Amino acid sequence: MKDDVRIGVYICHCGSNIAGTVDTKEVAKFAQGLPSVVIAKDYMYMCSDPGQNMIKEDIEQLGLNRVVVASCSPMLHEHTFRQACQDAGLNPYLFEMANIREHCSWVTEDPKSATEKAKALVSAAVRRIYYQEPLEVREVPVTASVLVVGGGIAGIQAALEIANAGHKVYLVEREPSIGGHMAQFDKTFPTLDCASCIFTPLLSAVGQHPNIDLMTYSDVEEVSGYIGNFKAKIRKRARYVDEDKCNGCLVCVEKCPWKAVSEFDEGLAQRKAIYTPFAQAVPSVPVIDTEHCVYFSKGTCRACERFCDPKAIDFEQQDKEVEVEVGAVIVATGYDAFDPSVITSYGYGHYDNVITALQFERMCNASGPTDGKIVLRDGSEPKNIAIIHCVGSRDKNYHEYCSRVCCMYSLKYSHLIKEKIEDAEVYQFYIDMRCFGKGYEEFYERVSDEGVKFIRGKVGEVTNRTITEEERGKLVVVAEDSLMSAMIRVPADMVILSTALEARSDAEAVARLFNISRSADGFFLERHPKLDPVATTTDGTFVVGCAQGPKDIPDAVAQASAAAARVLAMISKGSVEIEAATAVIDEELCSGCKICNLLCPYSAISFDEEKSVSRINEALCKGCGVCVAACPSSAIAGKHFTTEQIMAEIEGVLV
Amino acid sequence: MSFEPKIVAFLCNWCSYRGADLAGTSRMKCAPNVRPIRVMCSGRVEPDFILKAFEAGADGILVLGCHPGDCHYAEGNHAAARRIPLLKKMLAQLGVEDERVRLDWVSASEGHRFVSIIDDMTEKVRALGPFSKNSGEEKHG
Ligand SMILES: Cc1cc2nc3c(=O)[nH]c(=O)nc-3n(C[C@H](O)[C@H](O)[C@H](O)COP(=O)(O)OP(=O)(O)OC[C@H]3O[C@@H](n4cnc5c(N)ncnc54)[C@H](O)[C@@H]3O)c2cc1C
Ligand code: SF4
Ligand code: SF4
Ligand code: FES
Repeated sequence: MKDDVRIGVYICHCGSNIAGTVDTKEVAKFAQGLPSVVIAKDYMYMCSDPGQNMIKEDIEQLGLNRVVVASCSPMLHEHTFRQACQDAGLNPYLFEMANIREHCSWVTEDPKSATEKAKALVSAAVRRIYYQEPLEVREVPVTASVLVVGGGIAGIQAALEIANAGHKVYLVEREPSIGGHMAQFDKTFPTLDCASCIFTPLLSAVGQHPNIDLMTYSDVEEVSGYIGNFKAKIRKRARYVDEDKCNGCLVCVEKCPWKAVSEFDEGLAQRKAIYTPFAQAVPSVPVIDTEHCVYFSKGTCRACERFCDPKAIDFEQQDKEVEVEVGAVIVATGYDAFDPSVITSYGYGHYDNVITALQFERMCNASGPTDGKIVLRDGSEPKNIAIIHCVGSRDKNYHEYCSRVCCMYSLKYSHLIKEKIEDAEVYQFYIDMRCFGKGYEEFYERVSDEGVKFIRGKVGEVTNRTITEEERGKLVVVAEDSLMSAMIRVPADMVILSTALEARSDAEAVARLFNISRSADGFFLERHPKLDPVATTTDGTFVVGCAQGPKDIPDAVAQASAAAARVLAMISKGSVEIEAATAVIDEELCSGCKICNLLCPYSAISFDEEKSVSRINEALCKGCGVCVAACPSSAIAGKHFTTEQIMAEIEGVLV
Repeated sequence: MSFEPKIVAFLCNWCSYRGADLAGTSRMKCAPNVRPIRVMCSGRVEPDFILKAFEAGADGILVLGCHPGDCHYAEGNHAAARRIPLLKKMLAQLGVEDERVRLDWVSASEGHRFVSIIDDMTEKVRALGPFSKNSGEEKHG
């Protein structure tokens, strides 16, 4: 026995959260009898100031050199208590937590079993801490530049805030232009301000900012390193137009004879084979879509080249690899719209005049495919328009969650329709009206007053099988009116599907690339849903906007600014603390078998050929312990999770 | 009184530990037989830990990591997925029932899954009886 170990144990009641189930007095009494325990106390709220002061005083007065707190999850307060220990001059790694709330009192019904389990957890922590050693928290310098991935409103906001503060931003967007979904809109709820009036100035600010290195038509291919010191490999796909030479006149686009379906116009219009997605695109440099360019498929044409004055067309252009070094990463990759063709009963893809919300956005847009006119496929004006809410949302077959913006944009459509077609009838088929934001309920009132018909109930089908004279030649929306408990049939010329926002189809690959997690709904997981909503479990990597979950523009912007503030704080501090619990190889014991070299997910282990031993680069090691467990010579020690410590914990937990 | 097994669960810091936390914050209830031990990654779990746990009185052992592809350290759980089955083969030769050791995956958002694994494991090990009774002669570590 090391006789100089002096442990203090503190059992928290957490009000009645713990003490309501666990007999905290008994646990404290039990702890008092454990080896090397100098003092054991129970207290109402350990995390409160008096609770923390109690620890600090005992460290000073009783000469404690190890502290165990049995309370909530370390995810919540490990940092708090480590700090308290540090304040009293104790190395933070000489602190250990026993989780007797989340893992014990909250999941256990029977008080007796809960108390027994709490004792086991305390005994494990006490036995483990006996072997804990002080560790030095390492500080590493922070590279004062940032990678922002995705150039929708969220990515743009984050990029501008950081760039305006004087730091370098690499903004990577995979489409030919930044803008994301907001660039497709005509007006935005609830203020109905014109989207391009508020958005285009931001797009050009990004394009011209001296601190923003904008890489569009590009993908992040690899990310390595750690907080403060990431390296990213970016592939700039060939546009076949030289960005430095192009002056944005777009003569090439005008002269190009070949067409393709416009993605930006949601299939409602065509674009050329050389194109910019929309008129105010940033950058205004076009790209050649090789799939539809006849020169690439058949070897003849080159019309664009002939008309390009500054000789910017370059059919030989190759993809370019760029490597950047950044201190932080902000992921702002947004959302996909749900594809409603899988709900066959709604007839999307089958009936011409069943359209998606994004198609309707394009239709309403003054610079869109119909110059802002709401028209049916045959060019005529619709009189009866049905809007179906929650298509793909709040539906166990597709997405259980609420997409949060569909009620609001559907209301926006009512207003836009009434504005453009005075005598139009608008029917809203809703489950619940969710108008939660600032000014949203007022917007709902306003639109209601404009004479919209609200029908509460789920739509069963959209069909062209008509029964009455009134229905003839129209689509019929068949629904259950749940307020009247009756099936109703509403004839409509046009049906708009308010489709869900869902995680990007490549979200899994993107999550893996940036080493972040996803929640059950597929969106990226924040570090803590309430207390840390923009950070991720990978330090230095943040997630903002709809990539984290469906939300409106104000919330997306707020998150982006929050992440920017976090990044700027890191940069202004100049350094960050990183994991002290790394692995080390005892060169005396290492047999040079190299097993660990290949196993390390971070390539942190290299082989010293001269001495024939392996060595760990502590700056790269993340402390996972995979090599520790694998080394056949037991030559590797995982600091703070040493074999000795874990073995002691196993014994402790089984008392 | 019926036999109450002792089960040690190695939980990785990033997924399964947080899944267990979520079960708590959601006030789900589960069998009290499982004693969690936090490791940074399921890949840290050495076969010796499992042998040690049996020796110290465990009747069953759980190793819970992130789902394949979701390991916080990219592929630490691949190491666990290779190592634990090997150990189980060895244990089988010593007469230890397969159900006493289980490797599984629980994400940070799967409180329910955590609870159902705990309950299922408890039930199975309870049915097997104490470790020392049927495998007592195989002392390891
Ligand atoms: C029909 C409809 C109408 C709406 N109307 C309104 C409204 O009126 N008011 C309102 O407040 N909100 C509205 N919203 C919500 C609004 O669209 C979102 O809040 C907002 O667009 C979120 O912005 P974002 O930057 O997070 O995502 P996005 O706009 O999706 O932008 C993400 C960007 O990242 C890029 N990207 C994706 N993956 C990668 C990758 N792997 N690498 C590089 N780049 C990538 C994309 O190309 C895109 O440019 C509406 C939504 C819909 C569906
Ligand atoms: S004609 Fe030349 S300069 Fe003009 S847009 Fe096309 S590529 Fe650019
Ligand atoms: S596994 Fe162990 S013995 Fe083999 S090279 Fe790595 S440290 Fe040395
Ligand atoms: S971190 Fe969970 S298994 Fe590796």
